[in-house]
Amino acid sequence: MSDTKISTPQRSGKTSIVDAWRDASTEATRHLRIIPRNPELLGFSLVQPIMFVLLFVYVFGGAIEVAGFDNYNQFLIPGIFAQTVVFGSSFTAVGLAEDLSKGLVDRLRSLPIARSAVLVGRTFSDLARNAITFIVMLLVAFLIGFRFEGSLVAALGGTVLMLAFSYSFSWIQAWIGLSVGSVEAANAASFIWMFPVTFLSSAFVDPATMPDWLEPVADHNPFTRLANAARALYNGIDPGNELWWSIGWIIAITVVFSTLAIRKFSRSAA
Amino acid sequence: MQHAVEASGLVKHFGETKALDGLDLVVPTGSVLGLLGPNGAGKTTAVRVLTTLLRPDSGTAFIDGVDVLANPQAVRSRIGLTGQYAAVEERMTGRENLELIGRFLRLDSKARKARAVELLERFDLVEAADRVAKNYSGGMRRRLDIAMSLIANPAVLFLDEPTTGLDPRSRIGMWEVIEELGADGTTVVLTTQYLEEADRLADSIVVIDRGIKIAEGSVDELKDTIGGDRIRVSIARPENIQAARQALAPLATGTIDLEPGSTTTLSAPIRAGGGVVPQAIRALDDCGADVVDVEVRRPTLDDVFLSLTGRRTAEDNEEVSA
Repeated sequence: MSDTKISTPQRSGKTSIVDAWRDASTEATRHLRIIPRNPELLGFSLVQPIMFVLLFVYVFGGAIEVAGFDNYNQFLIPGIFAQTVVFGSSFTAVGLAEDLSKGLVDRLRSLPIARSAVLVGRTFSDLARNAITFIVMLLVAFLIGFRFEGSLVAALGGTVLMLAFSYSFSWIQAWIGLSVGSVEAANAASFIWMFPVTFLSSAFVDPATMPDWLEPVADHNPFTRLANAARALYNGIDPGNELWWSIGWIIAITVVFSTLAIRKFSRSAA
Repeated sequence: MQHAVEASGLVKHFGETKALDGLDLVVPTGSVLGLLGPNGAGKTTAVRVLTTLLRPDSGTAFIDGVDVLANPQAVRSRIGLTGQYAAVEERMTGRENLELIGRFLRLDSKARKARAVELLERFDLVEAADRVAKNYSGGMRRRLDIAMSLIANPAVLFLDEPTTGLDPRSRIGMWEVIEELGADGTTVVLTTQYLEEADRLADSIVVIDRGIKIAEGSVDELKDTIGGDRIRVSIARPENIQAARQALAPLATGTIDLEPGSTTTLSAPIRAGGGVVPQAIRALDDCGADVVDVEVRRPTLDDVFLSLTGRRTAEDNEEVSA
């Protein structure tokens, strides 16, 4: 029963940026490592995007025409990508709520690690998970005839933009996950609001076809900016200001909600 | 002498609920403190405050001389916490769980692995080391949980109801683990609702109720607070009970009670020390009561709680759930 004395480097006072980053990457490794160990979850997180692509394309694809697009699918598919990747952010809320309910969050909070580590690690690992989903979704879209009409660089830019937008939404979800009391509540609370956010937008139809009172809502929806920018980049069209609006929203949402979530995390975990 | 834990005047209210209402706590280095109280007494809140998870409304707390409120991060490197749930990553193996914490604590790869092996051996988890924790039994999870709290040799280990939810065999296993920690000189703060558990594991006990300390001391000191030993006498026939009561009166130091639900058994506090039993038997014989059984017993912690609060611990549980 002899105890080897382990000299733990004293981590007192403020943690530096480097420390914070190392802590976050340790936490991210935990999540990434267990992704392949939960094949059902991984499976379902792939089924849903594939299903969405196929359903939208084959159900609505023939019925809807959009001015300026010969093929509705070229209009629609970037919208589905955007929606799916944003839906993917809900993993953050559910995963956090689960760790909270199991006492893991308390364990991590009682360690001398950066207060941001748990949330940054979680959001980054969810970003990685979303990237995997995205690749699978792209493959399916290609199989049914979707093509990049512009340069590869532009298409890559559109992809990065969507993943970054999803990352910013992960911070909203982190805040939700810390605020609701249970995993079940997190499941519902993380998802419900994303339906109006993604549908009251230009992701699937031109907002000009909506009722007059609804059109301005869709026009000013941050998600519309993202859908427009991604669509333009995939189709070889100049995204113009939509790109800058999207980037602006990504930064604003990330700053506001990471502040709220980290504050909530370090104060209390109910 | 510096204490491992020193807290005074801790107050924490949640709305109307006074979870802590001015709690003082001192734990000498190297000792095991049992924080004893019924459900809702404030035990977990106290642990959460001392482990930096919750900020008290007022009061001060020091762990190993470091101010919990002013320097929580330094406190975190001096404590280990095992909460009410076995907080392990279910999809990782025991070894991976331990190495994960080691990595957070900045042990290099070699030290991490060595420490994990050492703790796996110590907590009898070698065979299960490379199985995912999801498949562990309740007792194994708890042992892994405690092992994870010990990676950095903390100055104080907090165990919040470590045996809640365990089957009787695992509970005894956990007791042995905690006894070994105590024997090794680890300072432990242990919360429990089980009187037997505190009695067995703790060097000293603090009884809390409704957020304040209502008693403290060693187990024996606490038992003394309700008046030393009690004698329990059973006689053959109920009609002799009045006579028996009179016969015992000169020996009792307090009221003589008829045992609840019995017509032939009396119990009474007596002064500690020898000679009482023969005197009692002689007196009862003289009055004509046939003695069936005489027993002298030290009070249980249940008696202590009853005499301190006027309530039994079990009754309190009902109040909480009502």
